[in-house]
Amino acid sequence: MDGMMTAIRVIPLEHYIVLSFILFSIGMAGALFRRNTIIILMCLELMFNSVNLLLAAFSAHHSDPGGQVFVFFIMLVAAAEVTVGLAILVMMKRNVDSVDINQLNRLKW
Amino acid sequence: MLYLFYLFAVISVLSALMVVAARSPVNSVISLIVCFLSIAGHYILLNAQFLAAVHIIVYTGAIMVLFLFVIMLLNLNKITEPSKTLTTRIAAVTAGALFLFTLLGALRQGVQITAAKEFDGSTGLVKSVGQSLFSEFLLPFEMSSVLFLSAIIGAVMLGRKDRTPREDAPTHPAPVERRTKKIPA
Amino acid sequence: MVNLPLHAAMVPGFPLLGALVIAALRGKLKGNAAGMLATTMIGLSFVVSVIMFLHTHAEDGPQVVNFFDWIHIGGMDVPFALQIDALSLTMMLIVTGVGTLIHLYSIGYMHDDARVSTFFACLNLFTFAMLLLVMGANFVMTFIGWEGVGLCSYLLIGFWYTKPAYNYAARKAFVMNRIGDVGFVLALALLFSRLGTLNYVEVFDRAGSLSVEMVTVVTLLLFVGAIGKSAQLPLFTWLPDAMAGPTPVSALIHAATMVTAGIFLLVRSSALFSLAPFTQDVVLWTGLITALLTASIGVFQNDIKKVLAYSTVSQLGLMFVALGLGAYSAAMFHVTTHAFFKALLFLGAGSVIHALGGEQDIRKMGGLKGVTKITYVTFLIGTLAIAGIPGFSGFFSKDAILMAAYQEHPMLYAATMAVSLLTVFYMFRLLFLTFFGTYRGHAHAHESPLVMTVPLMVLAVLSVAGGLLNLPHLFGGHEPMKHYLETAAEGIAGEHNYLSASTEWILMAVTVGLILLTILLAYNRFVKKTTLDPEPEEMSIFSRLIARKWMVDELYAFLWERPYGWLSTQFYGILERKVMVPITLGAGRWTQKAGKAARMLQNGNMSFYLFGMVVGIVVFLMITLYGG
Repeated sequence: MDGMMTAIRVIPLEHYIVLSFILFSIGMAGALFRRNTIIILMCLELMFNSVNLLLAAFSAHHSDPGGQVFVFFIMLVAAAEVTVGLAILVMMKRNVDSVDINQLNRLKW
Repeated sequence: MLYLFYLFAVISVLSALMVVAARSPVNSVISLIVCFLSIAGHYILLNAQFLAAVHIIVYTGAIMVLFLFVIMLLNLNKITEPSKTLTTRIAAVTAGALFLFTLLGALRQGVQITAAKEFDGSTGLVKSVGQSLFSEFLLPFEMSSVLFLSAIIGAVMLGRKDRTPREDAPTHPAPVERRTKKIPA
Repeated sequence: MVNLPLHAAMVPGFPLLGALVIAALRGKLKGNAAGMLATTMIGLSFVVSVIMFLHTHAEDGPQVVNFFDWIHIGGMDVPFALQIDALSLTMMLIVTGVGTLIHLYSIGYMHDDARVSTFFACLNLFTFAMLLLVMGANFVMTFIGWEGVGLCSYLLIGFWYTKPAYNYAARKAFVMNRIGDVGFVLALALLFSRLGTLNYVEVFDRAGSLSVEMVTVVTLLLFVGAIGKSAQLPLFTWLPDAMAGPTPVSALIHAATMVTAGIFLLVRSSALFSLAPFTQDVVLWTGLITALLTASIGVFQNDIKKVLAYSTVSQLGLMFVALGLGAYSAAMFHVTTHAFFKALLFLGAGSVIHALGGEQDIRKMGGLKGVTKITYVTFLIGTLAIAGIPGFSGFFSKDAILMAAYQEHPMLYAATMAVSLLTVFYMFRLLFLTFFGTYRGHAHAHESPLVMTVPLMVLAVLSVAGGLLNLPHLFGGHEPMKHYLETAAEGIAGEHNYLSASTEWILMAVTVGLILLTILLAYNRFVKKTTLDPEPEEMSIFSRLIARKWMVDELYAFLWERPYGWLSTQFYGILERKVMVPITLGAGRWTQKAGKAARMLQNGNMSFYLFGMVVGIVVFLMITLYGG
């Protein structure tokens, strides 16, 4: 256990911050990059996880379990969001027979 | 230990890139699962054992399986997705890069990160997280179950076949013929 | 004995109720129902007024009935209150009494009009407003009534709205009245800023604390209001045009009641006017010039109603002369008798017009005394009354004014005498040309129905007996009306009579002699020879000037209408076309263009929205990080 505890101190917090930044940017670029709605949903999950990682890192470095509880709640919300998002996807596939996000362009003037 | 971190970091970044780059959705899902597993590794490095466990169970166990189910049920694995125009792709990559550099610039500009006054190695253990969750965050915890309930109901409502008559249908529709199963003799 | 709040509310309440009910049931009232209802309502109002007159002991001083706090802003506190005193009771009796008779007459006069219900609704509404005007316990209440009667006057002048000329006349009356109202409102604002109250009792109590200049300005502004309402120089031109309305309207509004509102206001505010000698001079001279000018115009008019209209303006001028001289009781007395005989004359004229099927030109009348006997006799009585033949009411009231004028200066007496002689001349000209000689028209004349002649007879009796209301000492009376009014208007208590009895007798004899001479002159000219006015082109320049009404309308057109029209054209051409329109239309066009451009952003493409969001976040972060 002691080895694990020291590990936290060996790895600087900045490392985690940079890592989560990179993951978040990849997720965001992917959401812009792809047209497949299911991939865009996955990119959203990726962004959630980068934030989760950041929260967990801060929590560990500050010795405050509140941050990890927050990660827990974010997971809950993400799960709910995915449920609804995938249901919408199923509806979309059924109605327009496509998962191309550009098909959903009727909500305009 | 630091090397372990770098290993996990490289795995997660590479698999994240794969998620975006893969042509087939199933490959994307597999890459994302790899990415999530490496993030679980990070959690363990951070001594957040509870989170690591929950993460694997919820994400890789539930969410990603859901993704896979949907892809397979809807038969989405065909590589039919027309790619975006080059301009859009460049713009997307530029935007992502710009965002990253902005954040990094912000970090460099001197966000003061102060360490905890007294370090407690047991922060991420199930005991401390559980105590925090069931004392300080009890109400949000209970509320989240309501959120789940509504998400389930929403998903069921969205996913079922539309049987209600449309608004443009005649007000007095002809009586629906009862489907009679023809039992083969 | 008398439940003061209840009775005070009933007097204006009945006509208001009548107006509302008739207006609500406009389409459903058949035949004479509207007229009957309206007449009943104002009749009830008259009965209540009489009861109040008999039982309220107004001679003990004004009694104010507060109904509720109406305007309560900052230091301004205007209650919805009515004031019952000798002055308001007198006016109430005139308004409701003469009003009832005219309503009754209107049933006959308007019986075949399609919009008879509208007519009676307006007439009742007018009565309500007029009662509010005379009964109000503060300047604001009076002002509501003041505006209300102006509105009803407008509605009724333009009652036959299909004729453009009538609409023009209605607008003219309305606009001219508004000019006066500006003065009224300014006077109220000034009074309030100086005294902090608009209640009559308090204002007159504190009037002494005002400087002479302030009182002069306030009273001048009030007089401007009175000029507008009572059709004095320079705002008198609307009244002759107002004859476009139905004749009962002319009788009620433009002879008996509304136009005397200016006189009423001055008498009501006599406590202020007594403190401003300069204003009194202005009132005197305005009244005198108006009286002379319009009396001279009356001589050359050929429309039966126009003659009476100019006569009204001229008589109002005489009343203002009396007010200017401080003879408030004489003015009120003349208001009363004038209400009787001028209403009688107008209704008689209406009866003649009715008899001749709408003919109003006296050159096409004549010889009617054999056909329309009742109308003739009553009209004769009215003429004798306005001429001031001894025994008739006009004699006493006009004589009171003449005496007051002589007391001031003999030349003033001569001028007012000239006015009254002109009055005698044109009134007898009217009488002779209408009822004497031979008939010059083509219509089949017939006497009016009883519903129209009964009011004539009642008014004729009043025109004869009205003098008894204020019988002077000279004839064994003791001026009861003056003593009654003294309790309400401060100015009346200060009147004094310096003339000796012998002087009054001599003046009276001179007056009567001159009047008789004038009648003889008119008889020679119009009965023996039946001189009709030639066309204006054949007249001498002076006569032509008078016949063209001293070119006052043309003068106003030159002074106001043309420059105003020119200015409006310029504003339209330059300011509106070159500046306002480009700005307003341009604003619209640019908004449209901006909207079209902004609409391109909402193209329904979700990736585009996402992209926009990311760019927004980046920009936001950049600003927060590097911008500060």
